[in-house]
Amino acid sequence: MGECGLYLGIDVGSVSTNIIVIDRDLTVLEKYYIRTQGRPIQILKESLMKLSSNLPLNSKISGVGCTGSGRELAGAIVGADVVKNEITAHGIAALTFLPDTNTVIEIGGQDSKIIIIRNGIITDFAMNTVCAAGTGSFLDRQASRLNIPIDEFGKLATESKSPVRIAGRCAVFAESDMIHKQQMGHEIADIVGGLCIALVRNYLNNVGKGKKILPRVVFQGGVAANRGIKNAFESMLNTEITVPENYDVMGALGAAILAKDEVDSTNSTKFRGFARLKDDFVSTSFECDGCPNMCEIVEIKVGSQIVARWGDRCGKWTSAQ
Amino acid sequence: MVLTFPHMGQMYIPAKAFFEEMGIETIPPPPVTKRTLELGTKYSPEFVCLPFKINLGNYIESIEKGADTIVITGSCGPCRFGLYGIVQVEILRELGYDVDILVLDPPREDYSKLMENLKKIGEGKDFKTVSRAARKAAPIVISCDKLYELAVYKRARERIKGDTDKILNEFERTVYNTHGADKITELLKLYSRKLKEIPEKEEYTPIYIGLVGEIYTLIEPYVNLDIERKLGLLGVHVSRNMKVDWWVRTHLLPDIPLRIKEKIILHRGRQYLGMCIGGHARQTIAHSINYAKEGYDGIIQVMPFACMPEVVAQSILPSVSRDKDIPIMTFTVDEITGDAGYNTRLEAFVETIKQRKIKA
Repeated sequence: MGECGLYLGIDVGSVSTNIIVIDRDLTVLEKYYIRTQGRPIQILKESLMKLSSNLPLNSKISGVGCTGSGRELAGAIVGADVVKNEITAHGIAALTFLPDTNTVIEIGGQDSKIIIIRNGIITDFAMNTVCAAGTGSFLDRQASRLNIPIDEFGKLATESKSPVRIAGRCAVFAESDMIHKQQMGHEIADIVGGLCIALVRNYLNNVGKGKKILPRVVFQGGVAANRGIKNAFESMLNTEITVPENYDVMGALGAAILAKDEVDSTNSTKFRGFARLKDDFVSTSFECDGCPNMCEIVEIKVGSQIVARWGDRCGKWTSAQ
Repeated sequence: MVLTFPHMGQMYIPAKAFFEEMGIETIPPPPVTKRTLELGTKYSPEFVCLPFKINLGNYIESIEKGADTIVITGSCGPCRFGLYGIVQVEILRELGYDVDILVLDPPREDYSKLMENLKKIGEGKDFKTVSRAARKAAPIVISCDKLYELAVYKRARERIKGDTDKILNEFERTVYNTHGADKITELLKLYSRKLKEIPEKEEYTPIYIGLVGEIYTLIEPYVNLDIERKLGLLGVHVSRNMKVDWWVRTHLLPDIPLRIKEKIILHRGRQYLGMCIGGHARQTIAHSINYAKEGYDGIIQVMPFACMPEVVAQSILPSVSRDKDIPIMTFTVDEITGDAGYNTRLEAFVETIKQRKIKA
């Protein structure tokens, strides 16, 4: 076999940027989970450069898919074949590896979602909107309060014999409730166990609101690593929860699968190639003064060439490339 | 006296025509921008609903241009909107602006209060002048909503993306400086012709999505992050149950057939919510059922953060979604201008509906 075709999946989220490389048989060859740190362009470039040096010499990227809240930006920089929303990407990834999936629970750093699937088709979804109390950053914050590394948080929760009741509706309430329980002398393990239950209760009320959660239930996103949360879901839903092998990069995986499907039908990729990544990408923004809307326009340039623009309401800049 | 009024979508077009026909000097507020929002947020109570803040921003920007009297509509008070005028005038006076607010409450059976207020606006102008102006402005309400309906139709079907909005933007810039009912009517006709000429995609059936929810956030595009346009560019035909002409015809004019039709639709929602609980919660539920009945593919509820009536409706909608087998999503807006999260949800919603249709 000459060169082997690989597919790149990129998920630029608010907290982490995930990059994966799969081959035609959907085997994951490379997997990167990096903190976005508010600098998506730089992080993406650096990780892709690192990735390219780790790939076998005869490999060739045949397709690229982007997802996550920074998907447009990432898509413009690397030259993506598919730019898709996270819901579709997560749903497709779960369905590809576990075709009998009926519900996907995804909890990330900044948002959480539920995806309802019936007969292999995404039929409904919900994302949390204005609340952080059902997400990973809520746990992160509480873990640092208690001075427990986040990786040990889940294990500690499973040691709890009688978890304390903690208000989960709002992160502010939860925190003050937690402090009160601490001062009353409850064990740390019980408090941590109570927090996990509070988060799950909040998720089910706020995100899962009224939706029918049928097995098989797949749990993905960074928080799926937390055993305490997984156990809380299992006891509250009274069903087994599956955590897939690549639970933390399922979005990127979905994007790569979608890219593979796309390229299979178009037979060509828009990928710019790793060499072009050395080019200087400059993103600038300016306020359009064409009308009083004063939209903030973002412009991505490679050298002197404009590769993408967005942010306008009227389409004046988006269409003028 | 120099009149002004708050923005609500395209309402400024007939309103401007009406007051200009009465011969009253009128300053429509400049279009809603970030500055409007900033001014409004700065001087409003923190927890009040978003429309209040935008209104206040509108007033201040109009006062800066010379307005001294503000006309708003009332709602007889079943939600916070009923107190807008009273609180807003207090805030403006505290800021040192010497202005008046005239509240036009919709008449129940008694038209005399409305006429009295209209007369006050008319500065002693006789009844004939007022009714003549109303007769000339009323068709503009309808043809203006027609123009925007046509835009929704075309946007979902346009062959070259962006064609519709190019024409619509041009219209909005021109109408601002067009005065008098006759000229505005002419302009509406001209642009409706221009929109009709936009070439359409062949053999394309768009997805149909119904928008329901709180009236102001539904109608004002700045506030709902341009949801109609965003969905339109995704190839979706959007309808909304709240329109300016609908409000005028069901609240101000004795339009009996439309009122009966509305009663029938409201009746359909009675098993979920049998009475008016303030705002438009009942309409939200009833029209969702109606959209499902009419064969729409999905429904999106739009509301400002912490809108009590819509919060009640939001908790009822999952049952409607289950019973009528139609996807329903809620879209809460606040002072957010970054729209990445909203775009994701809209795109995913449309994608979900497409998949459902393939399966069916």
